[in-house]
Amino acid sequence: MSEENQHIEEQEPSSAKLVLALGIAGLLSGFVLVGTFLFTNPYIKANQQAAIERAILNVIPNCDSFSTLVLTKSGLEIKNTDNNEKEEADKEELLIYAGFNLQGGLIGFAIPGSEPGFQDVISSIYGYNNVNKTIIGFEVLESKETPGLGDKIIKDQDFQVNFKSLSVEPEIITVKKGEKENKNEVEAISGATISSKAIVRLLNKSIALWQPAIDQYVNDNNIEVTK
Amino acid sequence: MENVNQNAQEFFKGLWKENPIFVSVLGMCPTLAVTNTAINSLAMGLATTFVLVCSSILVSALKSVIPKQVRITSYIIIIATFVTVVDFTLAAFTPDIHKELGAFIALIVVNCLILGRQEAFASKNSVGLSILDALGMSAGFSFALLCIGIPREILGSGSLFSFSLFGDKFEPWVVMILPPGGFFMLGFLLLIFNWYAQRRKAHG
Repeated sequence: MSEENQHIEEQEPSSAKLVLALGIAGLLSGFVLVGTFLFTNPYIKANQQAAIERAILNVIPNCDSFSTLVLTKSGLEIKNTDNNEKEEADKEELLIYAGFNLQGGLIGFAIPGSEPGFQDVISSIYGYNNVNKTIIGFEVLESKETPGLGDKIIKDQDFQVNFKSLSVEPEIITVKKGEKENKNEVEAISGATISSKAIVRLLNKSIALWQPAIDQYVNDNNIEVTK
Repeated sequence: MENVNQNAQEFFKGLWKENPIFVSVLGMCPTLAVTNTAINSLAMGLATTFVLVCSSILVSALKSVIPKQVRITSYIIIIATFVTVVDFTLAAFTPDIHKELGAFIALIVVNCLILGRQEAFASKNSVGLSILDALGMSAGFSFALLCIGIPREILGSGSLFSFSLFGDKFEPWVVMILPPGGFFMLGFLLLIFNWYAQRRKAHG
């Protein structure tokens, strides 16, 4: 009888032992993960920064350098890049970027924006000249649109041409391919109408949001915007 | 000699006789989701290989320490740790591939191929055999992913490893890089595989 009891005890380790085993496993796992995170995080951050920088230079033609502007209650301000400020939650901030040419003249703004597309949110960045009220460049940063159809918003050259010089007044509208007559019209991609319209909606909403802040910023600081 | 034979068997069974995709039909989620291009298939194969081999080594080495009652939880902790390491590493050094594979890297945790090998093999065998088993299974898995991914990319995008094959004249079969293309290709390959297996059986 006692032998049998002992046998059962061997089969059933105490709860404490089980908790301990899992606790140790979790602890070790934690060390490994935090170590990997600390090691890779600078690279991941650098990748993201490089991607944003590349996109800004792409959507503002002839852009040589840029500064980051943050929208506060009192309007747009140049973002402080002190380390203390960087620690704050970046995600909550509304940021745009002012682009300068080689001579240091302001030539446009790069504005990030996102809008639900066909599958998921499309996030993008576009270049904007607030004197001509014209969009001067556009790039999709992230989208999960249908491969082969909706994802043409990223690659299709004919579609990209729409955004080389696109007037935002009175507002941007989509037209069928080959029917573009006015400067405020975008030729939709056949087979990807929903994605094309999402881009136009994104631009209209974003311009409406940023136009007043940009105008105020330019007036307040007496900045001459090069055409 | 017999030992060498057994080792070879543990390795090669994953490639053919017990191929995780074509025979066991395990790990269907990445199989269907990320095989739209050859490079994605390869990346997913390598990521799974790393996780499976590392987990098998650890589970096999710790098999006497891990209490039976909490073994599945322990395996999942081990697997999830390696998957997160892969996730961070890919994001840091190959951001483009990381963006393409997206959530499916994190989902390697629940690839039943990996947990299945821990439960069925690594927890019962020596470290050496477990490594061979893991390598064989991963090779079989990667091979199968490429078998699906290469034709899908050729037909669906007219390219292979992003190199254009046919020039401008080719009209891509868009459906092949969409989700249905994954099902078509997998079904087609399973058909061939089973037909071949049956024929071999019939011919003794």
